[in-house]
Amino acid sequence: MVNDKSIFTINDFSIYYGNFKAVNNIKLPIEANKITAIIGPSGCGKTTLLRSLNRMNDLITTSRVEGQVLFQGVDIYHKDTDVIELRRRVGMVFQKPNPFPSSVYENVAYGPKLKGIKKKSQLDEIVENALVRADLWKEVRDKLNESGLSLSGGQMQRLCIARSLAQEPEVILFDEPTSALDPISTANIENLLQQLQKTVTIIIVTHNMQQAARISEYTAFMYLGEMIEFGETDTIFVNPHNKLTEEYITGRFG
Amino acid sequence: MNQVLSFWLVQNLSGNNTLTLLLKRTEEGFPTSGNDRERVFTLKWQTKEKAVEFVVSSIGLVSVIVLLLIGFFLFKEAFQIFYKAGALQVIFGSAWYPTYDPPSFGMWPLIMGTLAVTLITAIMAIPLGLGTAVYIAEVANHRVKEFLKPLIEMLASFPSVVLAFFGMVVIAPILSNWLSPILSEKLPELLKSTNIPFISTTLADFCYDKLFIASGLNISTAALMLMVRAIPVISSIAEDALTAVPRTYREASYSLGADKWETIWKVVIPASVSGLSVAVILGIGTIIGETMIVLMVAGGAAVVPHWIFDAARPMPAAIAAEMAEAPYQSLHYHALFGVGAILFLITFVLSLISDFISKKYRAVRIGEKV
Amino acid sequence: MQDTESIHKPFMLVRKKRFNLKQGFFLSLIRMLGFAGAITLFVILFFVAYNGIHVLSWEFITQPPVDAMTKGGIFPVIIGTVALTVFCMIIIIPIGVTTAIFLSEYAKPGLILNMVMMSIYTLAGVPSVVFGLFGLAVFVVAFNFGMSLLAGSLTLAIMVLPYIISTSEEAIKAVPNSFKEASFACGATKWQTIRKVVLPTAMPGILTGSILGTAKVSGETAPIMFTAAAFFTPGVPQSLFEPVMALPYHIYVLATAGTHIEETRPIQYGTALTLIVLVLGMNLLGIILRSRQRKKKAW
Repeated sequence: MVNDKSIFTINDFSIYYGNFKAVNNIKLPIEANKITAIIGPSGCGKTTLLRSLNRMNDLITTSRVEGQVLFQGVDIYHKDTDVIELRRRVGMVFQKPNPFPSSVYENVAYGPKLKGIKKKSQLDEIVENALVRADLWKEVRDKLNESGLSLSGGQMQRLCIARSLAQEPEVILFDEPTSALDPISTANIENLLQQLQKTVTIIIVTHNMQQAARISEYTAFMYLGEMIEFGETDTIFVNPHNKLTEEYITGRFG
Repeated sequence: MNQVLSFWLVQNLSGNNTLTLLLKRTEEGFPTSGNDRERVFTLKWQTKEKAVEFVVSSIGLVSVIVLLLIGFFLFKEAFQIFYKAGALQVIFGSAWYPTYDPPSFGMWPLIMGTLAVTLITAIMAIPLGLGTAVYIAEVANHRVKEFLKPLIEMLASFPSVVLAFFGMVVIAPILSNWLSPILSEKLPELLKSTNIPFISTTLADFCYDKLFIASGLNISTAALMLMVRAIPVISSIAEDALTAVPRTYREASYSLGADKWETIWKVVIPASVSGLSVAVILGIGTIIGETMIVLMVAGGAAVVPHWIFDAARPMPAAIAAEMAEAPYQSLHYHALFGVGAILFLITFVLSLISDFISKKYRAVRIGEKV
Repeated sequence: MQDTESIHKPFMLVRKKRFNLKQGFFLSLIRMLGFAGAITLFVILFFVAYNGIHVLSWEFITQPPVDAMTKGGIFPVIIGTVALTVFCMIIIIPIGVTTAIFLSEYAKPGLILNMVMMSIYTLAGVPSVVFGLFGLAVFVVAFNFGMSLLAGSLTLAIMVLPYIISTSEEAIKAVPNSFKEASFACGATKWQTIRKVVLPTAMPGILTGSILGTAKVSGETAPIMFTAAAFFTPGVPQSLFEPVMALPYHIYVLATAGTHIEETRPIQYGTALTLIVLVLGMNLLGIILRSRQRKKKAW
């Protein structure tokens, strides 16, 4: 199962909230430097699965997992795994843009400062670099000291992406990153994701099938906590093997 | 659920709902013309609604009227002292001898007494109160939280006269009979025996002079008990402020690899700093206005305290202790209302400041919902 | 299996232990601070209970004081506090709840609403001794009630008004909009909706708030010092215009005034324990009711 290209390998993985099994026995390889989309109707466990990949679901005290998630061959749920380091290397961008109520600069510099980088020149460089990569530098170069909350919705979301990029992560998890945005901002973010995949592996949960079809290389379809079908996006959308997948994609439910 | 609700609604409304109204009116017979009928019908309950709204709104203004009345009566009764004895002489006068002949009404010792106990209390209570809030809101697990929150709430409504009583009969004797001999006798002896310059001379003398506690009823004991009063106030408001920080901020911070303390210190606390400052201000307001503790524990001497083990008579204590013996409409009576007016002004300003901060804070929170 | 593999990885994802001195230090400091309040509460409770428990007896709570209050019970004192509290609540609950209805259902944003909110906020911060002065100037002197049960209850009522308003408002605002809409859809008027739907739904919350308010009121000393509290009355009050004895004031006078401070120490402890049982008992009742309501809430 583990091949050289896989950055994440999910093996027989289940997640419980109390007694409720939110994600059931999933097998899924994630290829490095590609965009993988996870689609499915609301409540199918796709966000839960995504949040388990950098152990954000640890924050929900009743959650419990079974099985394995290998990140570059390392079991991230092993008791010796350093969660902090994992989250630095597997970043996350959320559904609703959530910049901190501080300046644009401070938002991006937050992660590097946590790592102990204090030198102003070095921080400046990291911030600029991250903002350039997030395609936001041109828009905010003059207002680095303004509040991150003063930006438009699309800019805020790119700020959150920049904040994540400043950590130099290998993977960024996107949890429906455009669901709160207008179509133009959505298009900007989609372009950005395609640029980013050269350097970062991207896993995106989306409710929007066209979005998955437009940007992703691989698509996984989940239904009621089960992984129904996984494959190259073209195959899934043009020639799905599973009846459920076909019904979902042709819009018969969901 | 909806069925239950509508059933219940019908049950509850049936006494006076429009349907019965309509039925009643049909029995009585509607006025002949359709237009008239509608008008009469509408008029009747519209008038009632208007009347109800008027009554409710008038009662809603009671708190405004009460506040105005409090201000009016305090200043009316206080006016004479400031007028007859001169406002500046009263506020900055250093002698409070209300029953001497001639009397002297300098409130400065009382004001400084309040300032001293407030300062000492604040130094202890702010870190403890905020720490408690951070613990409950961010660190404690669910079960500890469920246990601690009611306890803090109970501490908040603990009768202050019992706290004062505890300070009098337990803390004060501990300080004067037990702590004082150790600090001002045993400790200097020990220091002297070391024969190290400075420590065996200056520091030993300092302990001998300054750590001698003549009476357990002093501003430090009062501050200790006031702290117990202020902690629950500070921590409950601060906890609300911390809990109001959106979960998304914490998630963003954790997803960037911050640990718990970094998230608390660099994200949650900065995001709630205005709410936390409101907590501190209202906590200080509580300390300034608390009466029974300073009345029973602070020692009662109407002189400016110079050291943490001096006695003092803070403003509320002066009012509470002397009002009973001040003849009605005497200058002393007016002077005590003067003290009350100053106290009222101080807490009024503190309320204004915290209201201003929390309004600004709310504006920010609405702004971020864009 | 993963452990051996990870050694060859370019980054150290696996460490035996993340030793984080800073986080450990601050979190344990916070943990210690967090329990300071609770420990203080227990220490004081234990102390008062330890010294007061052997004083408490059936006689103590049903007999009047005798021999210049050095012996006997505290029956009139308990009755005084209960009377003050009950009258205070009878006066203030209707006003407080109506104000809450005004704030949540009738008031439109603007100057008047701001004024009312500001007044409530300010009243909440006024020191209790200042309420006492106000009660003295208005109820005792201007209304000529004298030092009396009525003047004391009114003073306490004004003091607890902001608390009753804010708890009632919270309870009323928690009534879901869908309930109100359903009622309007049945053809109810605004007042009918408030009376038949909003208030019944909010009532448990309002009552809980009132119980907690009662607990606060019954422990207050400063507001009744110059408006109601008597050093000694021969029996229970016969009318609203008589001064009364009250638990908190009784503790204060026995512990500070008079010539028998040491002799009456046991009675002081007993009175303090009675007061604490009363106040904290009501508090606990309120807290338990509230948490039950929160759990039961289906909407």
